[in-house]
Amino acid sequence: MSNGKRVYPYIPNSVPEVKAAMLKEVGANDIMDLYEEIPDDLKFTGKLNIPDPLLDEYSLKRHLEGLLGKNKHGNEYINFLGAGCYQHFVPAVCDEINGRGEFLTAYVGESYADHGKWQAFFEYSSLMAELLDMETLSVPMYDGAQAAATSIRMAARINGRSKVVIPRSINPEIRMVINNYIKPDISITEVDFDEETGLIDINDLREKISSDTIAVFIQNPSYLGVLECQAEEIGKIAIENGSEYIVYADPISLGVVTPPSQYGATITCGDFQALGMHMSAGGGQGGFIATSDDMRYVSEFKDLMFGITETVVEGEYGFGEVLFDRTSYGSREGGNEYTGTSSGLWAITAGVYLSLMGPKGMQDTGQTIMQMSQYAAKRMAEIDGVELRLNSPFFKEFVVNFDGTGKSVANINESLLEKKIFGGKDLSQELPGLGESALYCVTETKTQEDVDTLIKALKEVI
Amino acid sequence: MSRDKKTLLRKFHQARWDEEIIFEMSVPGERGILVREAEREVQSRVGDGVSVLPAGLRRSEAPALPEVNQMRVLRHYMHLSQETMGTDVTIDISQGTCTMKYSPKVQEHMAARNPGITEVHPLQPVETMQGVLEYIYNLEGYLKEISGMDGFTFQPAGGAQGIYTGASIIRAYHESRGDTQRNEIITTMFSHPSDSAAPHTAGYNVVTLMPDVNGYPDLEAFNAALSERTAGIFITNPEDTGIYNPRIQEYVDAAHQAGALCYYDQANANGMLGIARAKEAGFDLCHFNLHKTFSIPHGCMGGSVGAVGFTKDLSIFPPTPGVAFDGEKYYLDYDITDSIGKVRSFFGNANSLLKAYSWIKSHGADGLREAAECSVLNNNYMEKKLREVPGVTVWYAEGKRRLEQVRYSWEKLYEDTGVGSEDVQRRMSDYGLQHYWMSHHPWVVPEPFTLEPCESYSKDDIDEYVAVLAQISKEAYENPELVQSAPHNQVVHKVPNPSIDEPERIAVSWRKYQKIRDGN
Repeated sequence: MSNGKRVYPYIPNSVPEVKAAMLKEVGANDIMDLYEEIPDDLKFTGKLNIPDPLLDEYSLKRHLEGLLGKNKHGNEYINFLGAGCYQHFVPAVCDEINGRGEFLTAYVGESYADHGKWQAFFEYSSLMAELLDMETLSVPMYDGAQAAATSIRMAARINGRSKVVIPRSINPEIRMVINNYIKPDISITEVDFDEETGLIDINDLREKISSDTIAVFIQNPSYLGVLECQAEEIGKIAIENGSEYIVYADPISLGVVTPPSQYGATITCGDFQALGMHMSAGGGQGGFIATSDDMRYVSEFKDLMFGITETVVEGEYGFGEVLFDRTSYGSREGGNEYTGTSSGLWAITAGVYLSLMGPKGMQDTGQTIMQMSQYAAKRMAEIDGVELRLNSPFFKEFVVNFDGTGKSVANINESLLEKKIFGGKDLSQELPGLGESALYCVTETKTQEDVDTLIKALKEVI
Repeated sequence: MSRDKKTLLRKFHQARWDEEIIFEMSVPGERGILVREAEREVQSRVGDGVSVLPAGLRRSEAPALPEVNQMRVLRHYMHLSQETMGTDVTIDISQGTCTMKYSPKVQEHMAARNPGITEVHPLQPVETMQGVLEYIYNLEGYLKEISGMDGFTFQPAGGAQGIYTGASIIRAYHESRGDTQRNEIITTMFSHPSDSAAPHTAGYNVVTLMPDVNGYPDLEAFNAALSERTAGIFITNPEDTGIYNPRIQEYVDAAHQAGALCYYDQANANGMLGIARAKEAGFDLCHFNLHKTFSIPHGCMGGSVGAVGFTKDLSIFPPTPGVAFDGEKYYLDYDITDSIGKVRSFFGNANSLLKAYSWIKSHGADGLREAAECSVLNNNYMEKKLREVPGVTVWYAEGKRRLEQVRYSWEKLYEDTGVGSEDVQRRMSDYGLQHYWMSHHPWVVPEPFTLEPCESYSKDDIDEYVAVLAQISKEAYENPELVQSAPHNQVVHKVPNPSIDEPERIAVSWRKYQKIRDGN
């Protein structure tokens, strides 16, 4: 302390002598002289009423640890929650790279001092392009829901139509974001799904699609985990109608599952949180959109794109902005929608993840997920009163029905919680037609022992 | 050798690794990581797992990802990180309007390494995430006090999404009153492009006010633009120029008179903490970029938070859920009667919120004010020094104090030497400084650059920064070609055509680049 006044480690010029010297330098007697442009009646005269600070780092750390210690989490509980945010294996190298201060604290610097950042984004796009079998991606979006909503608006700009067909079984989080985002000029037509198979009702789709349909939008795997085996047929119906075909995919499935472009999707979108991000209470999300290299699509992206190009030195890779004027940074309200800071660090991390995995790692991951989730589903269905609600093949998630037990999902989950298990997401309110059902998620992070613990617990609580 | 104590300049060279693209490192058969296999008993129960895939949905060819051993992958990305100039390694006064302040490491260690946040699923029962909800609830309380607003939503995962959320709330407000004729918003040219683009995305026509001769949004034009069609105004103060508009309340009052709502873009509020608030100026909505003023690291553009504040009258419209406290426990409040729904899944970037919470917690009321004061003091100090550099001019508001940032101009330098702002921007990285940010488009100030020496930077940091710009100015007058052909000490050399607009040049993926290169 100097003259009894606090000096802050994050504010070097809070040293009174330095502050005084600088004030003198700028010709001010008092710091408030610098605020002379603010009228007195707009100035806040009191002291902000917020709690006393924890000035030293140790006390702060203790406080934060105490707060976080109040949370239960997926390392101490066995977690079967998914529904858009997933507990997958995160390789240590992913955390190592996104913890690097250079990446963590960079922002919008040009491609010389920040060349590495530009290359990392280019590689993210390139690696995702291989996984998705598409050519074109922008920098990432806020989350998968935003990617879904923007995909629909992109499609509307391409064909000028005004209605989008989405399945009744869509993830409600995504649906709510779409609802708000397309509100000004696009309306939603809902296509039904079969409550026995979980698949899209093709007859209903044929009835609902019209000459004003912008796009047919599906999730594959669906929100309920089902693999849409009619995906190619749905695409044909869309394309024959002059509509776009938007498929929301789970990128971690694509080591084993056919990428949407190969069954007709013109726009693929989704959330890449599964590719190397922790759940972080929903903070690990990141959205992507991918298309072909057809300029009709390329010119409708809303976010920045980093293209590879050459420098004045032959053979040296440089990077540049692609079609900058299509963005709101370039053209304000004349750009495609609006763009901004979103989830850059996670895109770099997804690139690291895919680089580590390679083709074989993605295949292995997909296979382990399918095996573990099928094992869990089978074992659960063996329990009296418990059954798989949908009879289609699934990826990672599946609907379990508890009607035969006479107990509600809420009750069962409460009992499971006492046994340190987060049961599947309760679907009984949002999809009452499925009865007392829950959406269980089983990834490669679940061992046989985890599943067996769940089975034992379920038998005890039912 | 250490930095030259007289000139303050460094003999810098950025890391240059001539790094390949990751695909060029692929060696067939190499593995970066092994994945857990299902137990033998599991396999015997379900087989290979993938045979159940329906015809047409089983991927026939593996994705053509590179095959690279782990150390090489690590080394590659370490190289790329070294070829990136984050705020942790430079005096990042450069990115004006973005508030590149220090993000204390203790915050990052907590948010990125503690399973009490990293391994929390957002759909867990609320009783198992009381800690998350507690800090979100308390952060809301702090921001309410800092802004004077009555509530905040943290769902928007970026500033632009925050503005979009604000525009959605304004739309819902007018709809709830059956006031359907309001289809315009008014903003200013020196407000962020998102202040026009996001409301436009929400369905509004946009009227943009140009600055008057003093740099303020033209009040006469503003009054002329206001009408029964005006839904809201989206305005920044101080604007990108750093000039505070002392007549702000006249704009707000006039807008209210016309039945419009007023949105205060406080993405950058760094000079204002504890000094002036949105409430006293009469605003209905505001937003803070928590990755600017409240120290969340920028992360190469995210994960960010655009925290949107609103008055009590608008509290029935924000996204759902909010976080509430019943005196005993924290809970998710879905009872927001006329909610716009959602703008982001779950409840936004909950991990990033911990960092903003932590930053406020480590400063308290006095510390927040100290941060604001020092950021404004630093800016005034730097402006005085830079005005002495040949070729630098400052537009508008001669003789007026600016707050936390200044938009400068190299117009004179360009006229005198042919060296423009983009040339200086490339050259400065040769001295170990991040490229400065120039201006949003369209440029109103010619040859612009925008600097913000926030409270994290010492007097010595500012002196070094000014010394570099003075050195480049000198170079421009003595040897302009040196600056125009920069950079020279960088990762790579000058890109002659950095705007890629021709379809035949567009390659945003390696596979597309190969197609172009091979003439396909």
